[in-house]
Amino acid sequence: MKGLQVADPLLISVLIFVIAIFVGYELITKVPPTLHTPLMSGSNAISGIIVIGAIVIAGQGHSSLSIVLGVIAVALATVNVVGGFLVTDRMLRMFRPRERPGSKKPDSESPK
Amino acid sequence: MSEQVTINVINGFYIVAAVLFILGIKFLGSPRTARKGNALSALAMLIAISATLISKEIIEFEWIILGVAIGSVIGIVLARTVQMTAMPQMVAIFNGFGGGGSALVAAAEFIRINDLVSVGELASVPKDVAAIAIFSTVLGALTLTGSLIAFGKLQGLVTTRPVLMPARNIINALLGIAIVAISVYLVFEPNNPELYALVGILAALFGILLVMPIGGADMPVVISLLNSYSGIAAAATGFVLENTILIVAGAVVGASGLILTRIMTKAMNRSLSNVMLGGFGAEGSSSTGGPAAGERPYRSVTAEDTAMILGYSQSVIFVPGYGLAVAQAQHAVKELAGLLQERGISVKYAIHPVAGRMPGHMNVLLAEADVPYDQLMDLDQSNPEFERTDVAVVIGANDVINPAARTDPESPIYGMPILNVDSARQVVVLKRSMAVGFSGIDNDLFYLDNTSMYFGDAKKSVQDLVGELRQLD
Repeated sequence: MKGLQVADPLLISVLIFVIAIFVGYELITKVPPTLHTPLMSGSNAISGIIVIGAIVIAGQGHSSLSIVLGVIAVALATVNVVGGFLVTDRMLRMFRPRERPGSKKPDSESPK
Repeated sequence: MSEQVTINVINGFYIVAAVLFILGIKFLGSPRTARKGNALSALAMLIAISATLISKEIIEFEWIILGVAIGSVIGIVLARTVQMTAMPQMVAIFNGFGGGGSALVAAAEFIRINDLVSVGELASVPKDVAAIAIFSTVLGALTLTGSLIAFGKLQGLVTTRPVLMPARNIINALLGIAIVAISVYLVFEPNNPELYALVGILAALFGILLVMPIGGADMPVVISLLNSYSGIAAAATGFVLENTILIVAGAVVGASGLILTRIMTKAMNRSLSNVMLGGFGAEGSSSTGGPAAGERPYRSVTAEDTAMILGYSQSVIFVPGYGLAVAQAQHAVKELAGLLQERGISVKYAIHPVAGRMPGHMNVLLAEADVPYDQLMDLDQSNPEFERTDVAVVIGANDVINPAARTDPESPIYGMPILNVDSARQVVVLKRSMAVGFSGIDNDLFYLDNTSMYFGDAKKSVQDLVGELRQLD
């Protein structure tokens, strides 16, 4: 790469990793306990990001062993991604602020 | 497009995906925006996957399509059919799959780099890459089998009691040493695929041994920790593949799991190592001194009595526990709450952080029954409320309301923050029998003057209450 003082790519990766940990920490400490299960299953789905690594391995056609490992990895990670996001959405759909779904007057029924 | 341009385009999309992941998590922080947040994360995933597919490295698509098709079908079916009460085991198994994926990807990449060396395209396997790949495989394999055991325990396929093998600490230590020793050897002598497989298998075994001795009620900690492991394993694989989006997404998930783990262990007043060493509650019921359970006098009430107590009160707090999930009583409770509210009685719910089998388990069940989330209180909000409350109704919770945590320094749960239901004017405990809770200790709450015991299956008991309350007037 021209014009850039290229550092060891591993160091850059470490930098990105550390920053991401901090960002994650800041964001997640703000999640209220009510949403801890969706947070967990949603972040769980995100950890299925490994699917893109699996896709490369399966698609490289490097050797039959790597294809087998790759296909299994793609399948496992896809279950994680697809199942994780769907089930999180299913849960989050249920979270309602006030009584009853169709109720237009938010304060009408909840006792204070 | 030239190869370099393609790589830049892919990385550009990865940056977009990383931003969307972070925004997605941010939106998960409020119930109003959470659904949008999840959708954003899913979009980010789609962008990252699509970008990867334009990579020049990929020459064959049929295997990818096969894997994606299998995974999608399984994922959709599981996500659609799972019951809300079974959510902890569902999260556990998805998590395990993610970990397993990371382990395999790191292994395949390790083998590929070795092959590059043997055909002379690379001088040697870089030691840092080898070390991180092994780390990722070990952590991923351990996450996979640990999650499977957690799944088995939550699903009732494996005993929920802590399973204590003789000399398990020595076995675990030997296994740990073996894994580290083989890993170090592999870093210096990477061209040993059999050893690589062996270390993965040992790690898988380690995962099983790690979770077996942990009892059911400690599962919130285990699931949180495994969640964090799957993230870290993905990030580690990202180092091996020099793939930034894997690193970012994996790190965020790792942080999330660690934070939840800390919240859970704090709510149990136990250290992480104490939980992970396992065995808590393994001794069974007869360990405590003093009068045995059942010998002390307590007051047993019927549905009719309980309906009277509730119907003529002004404020009620429900305290749900795992028993509510087991009995699937959430809808019945919501119906009961509705009846009480019609009588002008204030109804709230007090949720202990470790009630149930995963963080936020009770909140999801009550949300399923359409209970508005602003009626739910956490530990800090609940305890001042109890003093002002007429009736606290405990449904299938035990250790999280045991006053011994405040008063008895000898008790194994001493120091654990609990819900002070005993400060309410009256307490009604819905319970199957006088049997002890997970920790195996008796609960003084049951013998207090202001406590009434209402025995039976939680769902049936609450339904009977609804019937009685309808007749009251």
